[in-house]
Order: sequence, then C-alpha cells, then structure tokens
Amino acid sequence: MKKTYLNEFHSTHDGNLVDFSGWEMPINYGSQINEHNEVRTNVGIFDVSHMAVFDFSGDNQVEFLKKLLPNDVTKILNSKRALYSPLLNENGGILDDLIVYHTGNNHFRIISNCATRQQNNDWFNEKAKQFEVKVNFQENASIIAIQGPNSDEVLSTLYSLDLKNFHIYQDDEVMIARTGYTGEIGFEIISNQKKGLELWNHFISKGVKPIGLAARDTLRLEAGLNLYGSDMTINNHPYESNLGWTIDNSDENRNYIGKNSLAIEAESKKKLIGFYTEERGVLRAGSKVHFAGGEGIVTSGTWSPTFKKNIGFCRVDANYPAQGKALLRDKEINLHFCETNFLKHLK
Amino acid sequence: MAKVPSNLKFLESHEWARVEDDGTVTVGISDHAQELLGDIVFVELPEIGKEISQSSDIAIVESVKAASDVYSPLTGEIVEINESLNDNPEIINASPYDDGWFFKIKPQDISEMEKLLDAAAYESSSEG
Repeated sequence: MKKTYLNEFHSTHDGNLVDFSGWEMPINYGSQINEHNEVRTNVGIFDVSHMAVFDFSGDNQVEFLKKLLPNDVTKILNSKRALYSPLLNENGGILDDLIVYHTGNNHFRIISNCATRQQNNDWFNEKAKQFEVKVNFQENASIIAIQGPNSDEVLSTLYSLDLKNFHIYQDDEVMIARTGYTGEIGFEIISNQKKGLELWNHFISKGVKPIGLAARDTLRLEAGLNLYGSDMTINNHPYESNLGWTIDNSDENRNYIGKNSLAIEAESKKKLIGFYTEERGVLRAGSKVHFAGGEGIVTSGTWSPTFKKNIGFCRVDANYPAQGKALLRDKEINLHFCETNFLKHLK
Repeated sequence: MAKVPSNLKFLESHEWARVEDDGTVTVGISDHAQELLGDIVFVELPEIGKEISQSSDIAIVESVKAASDVYSPLTGEIVEINESLNDNPEIINASPYDDGWFFKIKPQDISEMEKLLDAAAYESSSEG
C-alpha cells in the first residue's frame, strides 16, 4: 500500500489507518464526530497528500485548459485564483473533479483526486500534446488542508498575509490557496515533503487537531460537495450531478471536451438533490427513494454531526416534490428533499 | 484495546453476556466491537417481553460508518432494555461493558452460557 510522508505521524498519534484507493490513510484519530465538530467550531488539519498535483509548462496552457475543462479558465486569468471544474470525456461523462489554480503569468496547477491519479496523468498528457504543453505530475508533493473558523488565526502564526479577498499566495517553498472540502473557511498548502513536515509539526504544536478522512466525508456532505466515485461517475453528466453551474458556455467559440454531448443533456431528466429525515437510522448509498411520480437512488448518506440527523444526496427524476419515502430496514421512513448544501438549508 | 473482562462470555460476533445475581443475563457489545464501529449514533432495542433464540438478531447498532445487527447470546425473554441508549448512544463507545449495556434476558436454559466463548477465547478470536 502507498503511504504519504505523514504516515508515521498518523500511526503514532492514534490514527486508525485504512486502505483508501490503495493508500494507507487515517480514517479517524479516535472519534470522527469530535474531529468533525472541531473543524466546524475551531480548526483542524488534514493530510491530503494522497491527492494528485499537476503543474504545467509551455506557452499555451490557457488554450490547453480551455479545451480540457468545461469551466472556463478565462475567469481566473486576471488574478491568482482557483476554479472548480469537472473533467469530462467526449460523451460528457465525468472522469473526475478538480481545482485548477492560476499561479500567475498564465501558469497553472491542477489538484485532482487520489483514485484517478494515473488516469488523469495519462489523459492530461494525451490532450496536452497538441498544445505543446508539458505535464509535470508532482508525485511527491505535500498537501495539507487547514480548515475551520479559526484557520486564519492559525495560519497567521507563520504567514502574515492580507486575508481580505485572499485567494492564492506563492513563494519559493509553498502555494497557499483559500480552498477546501469542508464548507468552512480555510487553506490548502502545497509544498515539498520536507517543508510539509515542518508546517505540519508547527500547526500541531499550536494545538491544531489532526482530522481523518471519515470526518472529511461528513464535513463535505453537510456542505453539499460531491464525492467523485459516489455522487458522480463516468456514467453521469454534470447536469444530473448538481454541476450545471460549472459548465461555462459564455464563449460560444470555445470547444471543450464533451461540449457537443452536453448540449443534449442540458435539460436533464435527473437531478442530484439533498434529503434529510427526522427518523432514526441512516439511509446509505444505494438505497432507493420514491415519491409521487418518480424515484431515485441515494448516492451518499450519513449521520450529520452538526444537525444530528440523517442527511444525504440522492439522484432523482427531475419532477420531484418536496417529500418522499424510503425503506430503511423494512420500515418506511419519510424524507424531505432540499438543496444539497445542508449548512445553508438546515441552519 | 482495553482488557476484556474475565467475568463475561462472548459470541464471536462481539456480543457479551453477564449472569446477574437475580438470574437474568445482561447483554452488550464488546470494546473491540465499538472500536470497529466508530462513533455510534443509533440503537434499535427490542421490546420488553420479546422471545428470542440464541444467536438470532435482536437489536441494531448504527455508527456514522455502518449499521450492524446485534445477536442474542442466549434463548429467553427480554425483560429490560437500556433506554438511555436511545438518547445517548455514545455511552456504548465510552462504556461498552458497563453503562453501555443493551438489554437483559431471562434465560430459558442457562446452560447455553457454556456454548459461549470465555474472555481469553474471545480475545484471541477478535484479534485474528
């Protein structure tokens, strides 16, 4: 199994290590609920170095990315910023989701998921050729996420940045970006492993608690953020994955991969929505839901530590009403349908 | 993992049983089981008066991660349930062998206890 450079920290700090897409990663450090609450109310630190970092070199990076991604990097050319986008095949099927960072002077970095590391490397290399762009897969990069309402305070123990309207900071050692996967403010810091270890140990010494992947999952679910492989796969297009907002057709001459297929799907017959129930028990991925005039299937489900109830996402027929039902252990339960961002909807 | 109390008997599926002075048998899940499950968020307990046979499922314990059946170590009748678990299921994580008990059985045949694993046998089976 592959390990991140922080594996020894995890195993010597009560980390329960599990196989996550071939990587030995901490699922929790004791209690995923305590870790979840720590991020919602204070601040926590995540080792996400299993994710993939790609840098690019060459003069035509903008044109390459305008072809590669359905979201339009033109939006972030005027400043150092980050942009979320799915990655599509020619059929409009979702290959992955990623964040592209403009690090200045038309240079870009992509961070994408762990399970798709090699696949993305191959795909980027194949598509980059015609633009004479070189793909530099940073296989040994460190990615640390600091997330939570007190993350600014924690970062300021090392960096004095103007955090009003902050997007990306970069020096010779680190890139710091105001991105994350929790619904809280925070940062992701990309560096080499030596610097990563120094940063990790510094933040831990300031009392920041390490957070495992289980809490990362409940945090992202409450925030309405999709998980690739669960809420969307190669068999889904963006419109049925709550990602219509990432499809940027404002430049009608831009011909990105998957565009022609997506034109047919824009009036999607299915939607990815949120659900919650006041009843006991957790409706998990794969469960069926039904309602007057249609049905659907749960793609992610969990018990929400913040709202103390069962929440999840389901992909349903588009004409869904406000309420539905599902079978949980042979008992019919009532579901409320809502937007996927529970932090907004249930607060 | 905490030491497995030597006065308990176990099913391989991680339930423990303890004979009380009044002849009833208290049932719960082991420390190892709660560790495997992680943070527990729901339990579904049986109704008082329900008849149950040895090794059949009688309750459900659910963590953030997964739901799991709880099997009865003995044949008998449910005579008491731990109602406090309904509102505070996390007690099971904190105190699996004491405050986190699930239910009490009036056993039909107490000699069924002999079919259960003792603490040492359970400890070695759960380590495997």
